[in-house]
Amino acid sequence: MTDLASSDTPTAAAVAETDDSAARLHRNLFIAIAVLLVVAPFVAYPVFVMKVLCFALFALAFNLLLGYGGLLSFGHAAYFGMASYVSAYTAKNWGLTPELAILLGTAVAALLGLVFGALAIRRQGIYFAMITLALAQMAFFFSLQTPRFTGGEDGIQAVPRGKLLGMISLADDRALYWLVAAIFMGGLLLIYRIIHSPFGQVCKAIRDNEPRAISLGYRASQYKLAVFVLSAGLAGLAGATKAIVFQLASLTDVYWTMSGEVVLMTLVGGLGTVFGPIVGAAVIVAMQNYLAGLGSWVLVVQGVIFVACVLLFREGIVGVIAKWIKKPL
Amino acid sequence: MFELLGVPPQALFGQVLLGLINGSFYAILSLGLAVIFGLLNIINFAHGAQYMMGAFVAWMCLNYLGVNYWAALLLAPIVVGATGIVIERVFLARIAKYDHLYGLLLTFGLALIIQGLFRNYYGSSGLPYGIPPQLTGGHNLGFMFLPTYRGWVVVASLVICLATWFMIEKTKLGAYLRAATENPTLTQAFGINVPLLVTLTYGFGVALAAFAGVLAAPIYAVNPNMGADLIIVVFAVVVIGGMGSIMGAIVTGFSLGLIEGLTKVFYPEASSTVIFIIMVLVLLVKPAGLFGRTA
Repeated sequence: MTDLASSDTPTAAAVAETDDSAARLHRNLFIAIAVLLVVAPFVAYPVFVMKVLCFALFALAFNLLLGYGGLLSFGHAAYFGMASYVSAYTAKNWGLTPELAILLGTAVAALLGLVFGALAIRRQGIYFAMITLALAQMAFFFSLQTPRFTGGEDGIQAVPRGKLLGMISLADDRALYWLVAAIFMGGLLLIYRIIHSPFGQVCKAIRDNEPRAISLGYRASQYKLAVFVLSAGLAGLAGATKAIVFQLASLTDVYWTMSGEVVLMTLVGGLGTVFGPIVGAAVIVAMQNYLAGLGSWVLVVQGVIFVACVLLFREGIVGVIAKWIKKPL
Repeated sequence: MFELLGVPPQALFGQVLLGLINGSFYAILSLGLAVIFGLLNIINFAHGAQYMMGAFVAWMCLNYLGVNYWAALLLAPIVVGATGIVIERVFLARIAKYDHLYGLLLTFGLALIIQGLFRNYYGSSGLPYGIPPQLTGGHNLGFMFLPTYRGWVVVASLVICLATWFMIEKTKLGAYLRAATENPTLTQAFGINVPLLVTLTYGFGVALAAFAGVLAAPIYAVNPNMGADLIIVVFAVVVIGGMGSIMGAIVTGFSLGLIEGLTKVFYPEASSTVIFIIMVLVLLVKPAGLFGRTA
């Protein structure tokens, strides 16, 4: 497990030396991201930026589990997709305001993560990946077979964007953008905080050497479950927001290809880096936009990127940059 | 005619047979996964795509070369197995020294490429493949009608599974394989060419998947997506059985197919999820899997 996600853990001496400057660098990066978020809707198509932000948050959530919990989930589409169904359904059929619909979707995803996570952490490594994938496929079949809730093959369409807190209309893309940007920034800061909290440190310790962490008195499975639930909940937050942005929740969101996509985004950006998943999501979403006309070739291109990344580019974009500047990103 | 638990026997045995057929595919595929995992320590995500390739090679043999089913049954595993050997040499051998999860990611990428390519050239609607003339028709067994081809699939898979078991557990080559699984370094020290063994093992596992694909071609339409969903079910089968034992994989595969078939009769709504539910139960009761050693 050590090799897969340890690009953020250089030697102890290097850590002490760069800790301070790294923290400063991270602070500057956060400011830069905030500035970018403010500028973005004026230079780019807001819906595209919102799509990137939703998937970036999804990839960040996935990376929290893989990069810092050392757990490769191949079924994160379940939390993303289920939250997107819940938020779309409640916004459309119960008339919930968007913030409540999104919160409810997030809560359901976290709850699903609690159940699936408790099962999956009973096994490790490759089995863990297979179990999460199988459980997610179960969620997919559930969605397929309950068209009263999910709309079956059609999905839930024409979800109203509604009014934030019942007052501010989100029908305009610009208005909605600020909500999405705030959710993204909140999610990013939360994840950063989790990673650098004592809890996050213990998670990393368990990732690197589980028997040792257990011998130090940490209950490894409880930590794993906690990080799993956090990751599932944040993936749900991304999915629920996506449903409001595109006014659509469909089977694509729960299918295994979506799980594969989030793995790909994180891999391209850099496993186990804080900022990598954002870059990876931007690259993959942009690529999908460009290649949308090519049909099945998108699948081939994604596969080629997968293979190329694993063979030649395991650190990912941000991982390589972090290596150059010798600071964790 | 008599009825069993309120279900006409025709329907019951029909589904049992269909369940056994699915079970044969589960057994062959999980057997291949287990053999590959044993030596390479990776989960071959491309297994479903390679199963699909087997069916396609059979279809191509028939439609482009006029080669019949029986030859394809031998030829497709060889051709697809050869591509597996290339994949192992070119890709998998290079990442063997890294975390095993990279193997999963790499083969996932390969699965996307293979599936995407076939979908581009053949669409996703499926191509028909006729039952070979020797196996058309069926027999009336009194309590049910047995289509000859379906009976053949079950028998052929059983034979292949048992032959694989015999080869691994009872022959000298199998002994090398088991030794290399247990301790590759020591095995190599005894003068056995382990890298070659690894390559051949991957090729063999892939060939098994292709064989299942040819068997499946006349039953299901030959379709680029035929392996994608199947492989996830097979993963669940592997989790249930555990990958510790060859016989375990065979028994688990067939019995889960059977259970799935019975679920289709008595509670069809759950038929697509029953295997996943069993996986959950097994994880709760015996996390290592029914035949697994603790991993």
